[in-house]
Amino acid sequence: MTVTVERSARAVGRGEAPRPPRRPRDSYALFLVPGALAFLAVVVVPFLMNTGVSFTDWQGVGSPTWSGLANYRELLDDTEFWASFRHSLFMVVAMAVLPTGLGLVLAAALFDYVGKHFGSRVVAVLRACFYLPQVLPIAVAGIVWSWILAPDNGSLNALLKAVGLGSWQRDWLGDPDLALYSVMGVMVWVQLGFPLVVFMAGLQRVDPELYEAAELDGAGWWRRFWHITLPQIRPETYVVLTWCSIAALKVFGAVYVLTKGGPGGATDVPSYFSFATFFEKTQVGYGAAISTVLTVIILALSLVGLKLQTRAEDAEEGVRT
Amino acid sequence: MTALRRYPVLAALCLAALFMVVPFVVVALNAVKSPTEYSQNGPLSLPDGLYLDGLKDFWERVDYSQKLVNSVLISGCVAVGAAVLSVLNAYAIGIGRIKGRTWVLAFFVLANMLPQEALVYPVYYLSKQAGLYDTRLSVIIVFTVIQAAFGTYLLSSVLGRFPREIIEAARIDGASRWQVLWRIVVPVSRPTIGVLLVFFFIWTWNEFLLPLVMLISNDNQTVSVALGVLQGQRLMDATMTNAAALLGVLPALVFFLVFQRTLTRGIAVGAVK
Repeated sequence: MTVTVERSARAVGRGEAPRPPRRPRDSYALFLVPGALAFLAVVVVPFLMNTGVSFTDWQGVGSPTWSGLANYRELLDDTEFWASFRHSLFMVVAMAVLPTGLGLVLAAALFDYVGKHFGSRVVAVLRACFYLPQVLPIAVAGIVWSWILAPDNGSLNALLKAVGLGSWQRDWLGDPDLALYSVMGVMVWVQLGFPLVVFMAGLQRVDPELYEAAELDGAGWWRRFWHITLPQIRPETYVVLTWCSIAALKVFGAVYVLTKGGPGGATDVPSYFSFATFFEKTQVGYGAAISTVLTVIILALSLVGLKLQTRAEDAEEGVRT
Repeated sequence: MTALRRYPVLAALCLAALFMVVPFVVVALNAVKSPTEYSQNGPLSLPDGLYLDGLKDFWERVDYSQKLVNSVLISGCVAVGAAVLSVLNAYAIGIGRIKGRTWVLAFFVLANMLPQEALVYPVYYLSKQAGLYDTRLSVIIVFTVIQAAFGTYLLSSVLGRFPREIIEAARIDGASRWQVLWRIVVPVSRPTIGVLLVFFFIWTWNEFLLPLVMLISNDNQTVSVALGVLQGQRLMDATMTNAAALLGVLPALVFFLVFQRTLTRGIAVGAVK
């Protein structure tokens, strides 16, 4: 979502009228004052404090003592830290890769098959079903799923038993080998609606003549999907991938409610790890270092995503004009 | 495309959609079962009758009305506050085209990307210093600013394409910048601002980490935090869990039905200008 700045800013620069007299133009800056002050107090100062604290040894009381890069050096040897970032990669798969892939296929199928033959009302209802988990507070989604996945009389185990697959019953969230995959499954369910809705909106601007031409040439549905749909909505794909990957790196509520990072750290993620370090172990300096690393990774990822999207959109415009 | 293939595809899509909704249905069914019924028949049976005591018990035990009031108050104030802040920022950037706007906008985008983990401890510490810790006001202030980062970005790009002639005409008629903003720009951009209000409200309603840290007393907690904390303590039995889940799902369902159009349209606007 946050991805079109460069472009729009450039577009504005291009279409600029001859410079109006200096003074009136600058007085617009006054409208930025409340926003600037608020951001200074709530975002900039806390962020700088957090970064500063990451170079100190601090328990949250008394004054922090400078320790240079000691926290970061400790992080490098901390297996818990590496594990949490490894789990982040799994979360990126569950919240970005899988929902994007599934979302593309589902959106195209909804658009092509259902939209054209069963009417837009059917599409709207189906889309609403897929989007529903997205409006649910993550804490509530966590409650729903931790009960469904509960070992004793949880619905999933009860269902397996009812259909004669009793031997498949598991402690889905309590088994260290399974817990991460269970959480991933829940996250796919939570996340799927977002790419789906974005892609369905994107498909609407694809020129139908492209499909008709391909159909006349005898291309089947999959070939048309692969050669027309995918390239046409590439900008949306980059937006969704970037946005969802960032959400995956930030995931906190689901882990807190479903597993609290357990069992035995099997589902620990950086944001939960830093939260626990801040408020349970009260090693504030160390927690700040974890969150600083997370921030750097997220900002780097945003810049890459921004670049890819800009390039895709420019390429597309080049084709059109 | 033959009808032969059309129906299997429709069936598969319906099945997938059903899978998305089933958890809600199962929760609703089990929330109206009595504990004995639940332990005898398990989670998959249909309820014998409507047993509402579980819901009522849960409502009273966690003082759910208070949680709803807190959530509505916080989300409502944030939605309005963040929308006002976004409009002011975007007016300067999109219409005023102030110097260095690219950098200003880039700053807001980065602020929007920032993980809350990188802000949470200083915010917690500073609010304690300022005597705002464990108040709803502290959460309102923080989220007003955080949500405004996204609003500024979105509105700036919308206002960047605002027809200049209208503004020029109003200026010639002697309207001040302030009047142009409130009498012309805001009314014309009402659809986008409406989308922002809905999004801010729902996003704030769903927020978890910062409210969890900032709101520790029962009287101040939001729905999300109260339910999340209860679940985290692992003290709820099956019936209570279902009551909690159903009561948590219901407000979201109401927003969803009321704002469905705005939501789906808004996501598209947000993602690709």
